Amino acid sequence: MGKRVGMEVAIASAEAAALCKFDVAAVYPITPQSHVAEHLSDIVADGRVDASFITVESEHSALSAAIGASATGARVVTATSSQGLLYMSEVMPIASAMRLPIVMLIANRAISGPINIWNDHSDIMPMRDTGWISFFAENGQEVVDMTIQAFKVGEDRRVMLPVNVNMDGFQLTHMVEPIIMPDQEEVDRFLPEYLPYATLHPDRVVSMGTLGMPEIYAEAQKSKDAAIVNSKKIILAVWKEWEKQFGRKYEPIQSYRTEDADVALVTMGSIGETAEIAIDELRKQGVKAGLLKIKLWRPFPFDELRAAVKGIRVLAVTDRAVSFGGPGGPVFSEIRSALYDVPKRPKIVNYIIGLGGRDVHVEDFIDMVRRAAKGKLPEPYEFYGVRG
Amino acid sequence: MTEKKWPETWQEVNPGCMVFRPGSASEYHTGSWRAKRPIWENEKCIKCGVCNIYCPEGCVTEVADGFFEANLDYCKGCGICAHECWPAAIKMVNEEG
Repeated sequence: MGKRVGMEVAIASAEAAALCKFDVAAVYPITPQSHVAEHLSDIVADGRVDASFITVESEHSALSAAIGASATGARVVTATSSQGLLYMSEVMPIASAMRLPIVMLIANRAISGPINIWNDHSDIMPMRDTGWISFFAENGQEVVDMTIQAFKVGEDRRVMLPVNVNMDGFQLTHMVEPIIMPDQEEVDRFLPEYLPYATLHPDRVVSMGTLGMPEIYAEAQKSKDAAIVNSKKIILAVWKEWEKQFGRKYEPIQSYRTEDADVALVTMGSIGETAEIAIDELRKQGVKAGLLKIKLWRPFPFDELRAAVKGIRVLAVTDRAVSFGGPGGPVFSEIRSALYDVPKRPKIVNYIIGLGGRDVHVEDFIDMVRRAAKGKLPEPYEFYGVRG
Repeated sequence: MTEKKWPETWQEVNPGCMVFRPGSASEYHTGSWRAKRPIWENEKCIKCGVCNIYCPEGCVTEVADGFFEANLDYCKGCGICAHECWPAAIKMVNEEG
């Protein structure tokens, strides 16, 4: 049986990877991910997992080493944040194109400049189109659960894709939270041994990372797109299995008090817990408010979104990243596009919040919902609370 | 059944575009890219083998009597052999048409 522990979430994410008995960790430390890197290193040095820890000289090398290790059939974990993730960006689409089920723990942090080490989602958003499955955790428990689920989803022969688990830097990574840590026997029962589709081996010749001429490149991209689109079925099945075994339910979009909601907020990541408190408060004040929390960012859960917004008059989408000169934050433009063909769609407004670690309080969400209820903001997207 | 040069549909693409047949890249003849071909004047050649060493394609090989030749299936016509040949025994000549 799992044990309830009080543990820093960064440490817990590394512990979850250890429960998955990774073979290789290739990690370069960066705030606020450093405790993940250090703890993975400790786990290997203490011999708790029969694994290699590759001390690389950069994030570009970290992911490159992870790809090489994964191609030999190893179960591989890596972790990064912010500039480190951007430095990995050249290698990101290669990992997915080679269909290698690497798991990456991302401590989400703002990108420079100005230099800022605090939390928002501007690091992962530019990685949206690299072909990785993206989970967004709301709390420490979800970080642990999603890390274990990530290996199972990614390694499934019908998926074979890398998975990143997003946890908000500091807000999650540096919090000590009560977490039910599954035990080894439970994880072994849930996560089968990794049986790779193909491995680099001198006796069985295979070429990976091949050249794709104009005659084949489009077909290669289509096959990668089909893989990530089809992965949703497997993600849903793995989450069902998780719920059955561990009793904790996972959904691509988790609805909170939306049954009769008139106005609903949309959040991703840890900020959803603050938003829940705001919804409860608004309900007490007689406002029919609800909340949609996105847990699966890629593949995007279109059907679940359309079902979740039924009956909602106004949707206030929050974004924790900016698309400069674009149509609004990345989550907003995604959602607005997803609902374009729905005849009875809600009005959709966009608040850009919590940039570079700026706190967003319960009262802020209450204010956002109250103003959104009018159905229109003065601007197409609003930098909420910005001075000036 | 003869193997197709390219998968015809996206469904036929192996996961990760993996190729399970060794040496299949040699079936792609990069010589079709060539605009100029190297011609050796063997009377100037001192058989030093610099052309063989510098050829980035590895397609210049030693033939009978110790002279050198490019395999035109793979020679891209880059001209590095001609540039490096210090007795100037290699000339780059335009391909016809």
